[in-house]
Amino acid sequence: MRVTFTVNGRPQEADDVWEGESLLYVLRERMGLPGSKNACEQGECGSCTVRLDGVPVCSCLVAAGQVQGRRVDTVEGLAGEDGELSAIQQAFVDAGAVQCGFCTPGLLVAADELLEHNPSPSDGDIREALSGNLCRCTGYEKILDAVRLAAARTGQGV
Amino acid sequence: MGITRTPTSLTQSSATRGGIGESTLRPDGTLKVTGEFAYSSDLWHEDMLWGYTLRSTVAHAAIVSIDTSEALATSGVYAVLTYDDLPTEVKHYGLEIRDTPVLAHGKVRHHGEPVALVAADHPETARRAAAKIRVEYDALPVITDEASATAPDAVLVHEGRDDHHIGHVPHPNIVHRQPIVRGDADRAAERADVVVSGEYVFGMQDQAFLGPESGLAVPAEDGGVDLYVATQWLHSDLRQIAPVLGLPERKVRMTLSGVGGAFGGREDLSMQIHGCLLALRTGKPVKIVYNRFESFFGHVHRHPARLWYEHGATRNGKLTHVRCRIVLDGGAYASASPAVVGNAASLSIGPYVVEDVDIEALALYTNNPPCGAMRGFGAVQACFAYEAQMDKVAAELGMDPVEFRQVNAMEQGTVMPTGQTVDSPAPVAELLRRVKSRPLPPERQWETTEGADVRALPGGLSNTTHGEGVVRGVGYAVGIKNVGFSEGFDDYSTARVRMQVINGEPVATVHTAMAEVGQGGVTVHAQIARSELGVTQVTIQPADTQVGSAGSTSASRQTYMTGGAVKNTCEAVREKVLDLGRRRFGSYHPAWATAELLLEGGKVVTDGGEALADIADVLEDDVVDLELEFRHRPTQAFDLRTGQGNGHVQYSFAAHRAVVEVDTELGLVKVVELACAQDVGKALNPLSVVGQIQGGTTQGLGVAVMEEIVVDPKTALVRNPSFTDYLIPTILDTPTIPVDVLELADEHAPYGLRGIGEAPTLSSTPAVLAAIRQATGLELNRTPVRPEHLTGS
Repeated sequence: MRVTFTVNGRPQEADDVWEGESLLYVLRERMGLPGSKNACEQGECGSCTVRLDGVPVCSCLVAAGQVQGRRVDTVEGLAGEDGELSAIQQAFVDAGAVQCGFCTPGLLVAADELLEHNPSPSDGDIREALSGNLCRCTGYEKILDAVRLAAARTGQGV
Repeated sequence: MGITRTPTSLTQSSATRGGIGESTLRPDGTLKVTGEFAYSSDLWHEDMLWGYTLRSTVAHAAIVSIDTSEALATSGVYAVLTYDDLPTEVKHYGLEIRDTPVLAHGKVRHHGEPVALVAADHPETARRAAAKIRVEYDALPVITDEASATAPDAVLVHEGRDDHHIGHVPHPNIVHRQPIVRGDADRAAERADVVVSGEYVFGMQDQAFLGPESGLAVPAEDGGVDLYVATQWLHSDLRQIAPVLGLPERKVRMTLSGVGGAFGGREDLSMQIHGCLLALRTGKPVKIVYNRFESFFGHVHRHPARLWYEHGATRNGKLTHVRCRIVLDGGAYASASPAVVGNAASLSIGPYVVEDVDIEALALYTNNPPCGAMRGFGAVQACFAYEAQMDKVAAELGMDPVEFRQVNAMEQGTVMPTGQTVDSPAPVAELLRRVKSRPLPPERQWETTEGADVRALPGGLSNTTHGEGVVRGVGYAVGIKNVGFSEGFDDYSTARVRMQVINGEPVATVHTAMAEVGQGGVTVHAQIARSELGVTQVTIQPADTQVGSAGSTSASRQTYMTGGAVKNTCEAVREKVLDLGRRRFGSYHPAWATAELLLEGGKVVTDGGEALADIADVLEDDVVDLELEFRHRPTQAFDLRTGQGNGHVQYSFAAHRAVVEVDTELGLVKVVELACAQDVGKALNPLSVVGQIQGGTTQGLGVAVMEEIVVDPKTALVRNPSFTDYLIPTILDTPTIPVDVLELADEHAPYGLRGIGEAPTLSSTPAVLAAIRQATGLELNRTPVRPEHLTGS
């Protein structure tokens, strides 16, 4: 089947999609967007988190056909057109929140969505919002630091 | 939920910006936050096929027949391979003992063993074709524990063993056994006023790295293959892969692709040989990516263990003796089991002074999943048990558990059970003092002005309590881990460093085969080059097999070893640069001949700070390019009867304090804070050091309260190969982890540094267990602790 949807503001099309393919597979293998990660492919780890019409979802659990005509935003769309990192991306780099980095794209998409509706989250809010994203390297402390840092910088208009 | 920041007390000394001691940022950070960093599962090649591995559905069985005809006839399938298709006489691989079949032959020895391979034009086509392969099994008795492995009539997991351990093991189903006898434990026991014994069980932990096993094999025109893969040690892979393919090593060109975590789980091969076989058979590039289910079968796990301990002490709190026996389950193949046994035995009594010991550690061959390397191996299991014992003895003596540990703590100069003298700082008592002196989190820390924050309570968002039935406990633990490869292994790393002028500026290029698995080795290499060569621009080349071996990214060794190699080569490059300078400019200034010269800030300077020349002017068009090996001081094998020998290079120490709240009615645990103090010798990158300690601490927390691969004791089948059923800590399960970093230099190591990656994984688990015991009054002799262990139901 053919699937057409918008990815990071651009219309995209994939042909010969098998009905069982996930949105994650189509993004990674058919659209050249491997930023969304394939850590568990069963909706437990959050590494493949993208926004579907603005709502964070595990793209491994979304059938490609369900996305027909809809809007998808991935980690590749977070930075500006000029390549300038967004506040949350820069904060992850600066705070040491990235080690192996495999969980990072999913966490960034989830954290970006959190800060969009809650610009100054408490630690409890951050933990709750990111509780669907597994990280095996960091022990999460630097990830908390990064979200706090991004919130602080954004709040200061930096 | 307070804020933990990188300690500011760490010294930051570097004349050249971005040098050692600074928290410089990862060079791969931007790529990783934009999604552009290419992990091994992201690789793509025109015309590539997808490989899939058919694995055994039973744990121990003879293979009666394999019928691949229907799979081969499937549209879109390019190849189906079994044992019979292997191209050479070399059909096994292994880290130390080549006992692992590339594809099963005659029988399978564990659940999930690779039996056949398929290459097809779509991953789903490959999976469905593999499902059409008919394998007929004839069940064999299943060996699952020490009793069944060493029974007189036990079936041998491996018949006809000819490895170098078979001569000294008491049974062919024992991979390796290491006793350590020192002093006279029987006589010392007579001096003991209290004797405490216990039996402990450590569950099977998974590394659970997030990036699945994966890689891309591309057949080359010269008949060789280019392999892009995520691994921990390129050259070890190469040594195992090339003979199976029948290719010289130079025709198997390996490049490290992005590695999504490792923690020991990538020390053994996974898809490497399989991908190359399919690529060479089909003449097309082949990509293999495991899903999470397969990943649980695709790598070895942490050895589960049973441990028996007896500790004696005098009334004034001095340990008299320790007797212990540690039985590790190595599963179906040897993997790193011999080294795990060596660590478990030599580190079995922990960081304490005990003159009289009687120690035995061994690893079994069974039909359980193969176990091998995972962060802290051997030492992790022992630490769980000896720290439980230390609390028990302290309780028996009526002593404070921290004070009891401090009374018996080792220090520099202490002699280990192996007879090895600890010849660098061992601040065990001080680490304990530091975690103990931290203020405790406030009582009823879940209370807010708006009521109970359930996220800070046991049960969390399940909203099972608002504080009713919740009891706090506090526990301590400390551990000791060896750094680097031990027991006489020729452990070395190679670094190639080039210095030249590009666009008028001196640039250093560092090339090593070090596997960057997330730890930040690439960051540190650039820092070392800046400090040693006085440049600001450093290029880190991708890791591949075109340069000499860097050894493994394991055993907490890479900053010491490949970092040491980079330092060592940089020093030699610096001498060459200074020689050039002396030739070109020596006649202009006497200091060229008389002073100690350094490279700093792009200049040649004297140790008095006087600038003599720009490095760019010294080099002109010359290129200085050196590749050198670096070795740590040699170690010795442990005597097979007495366990004596200077087996280790360096020791690493960490201590934890755990604060938990336990819902005693439901058996749920909330770890509120897990404070760590660790001696790192020298923090080359303080931000990364703290990140390693927090990450290691969290993996220790996981195996304390949730992580365990459950293997059916009757069938040896794995029951929970998924992140739905094998739980690792989420950000809600993980507490605040304040870190206190000591820097007591080890004069034998580069910059005085100490390998840091593993030590925090040791003491984290027993500290949490101790805290839960204090809260509940229960004995809790196994980890992980599950709710039923706390409620008794």
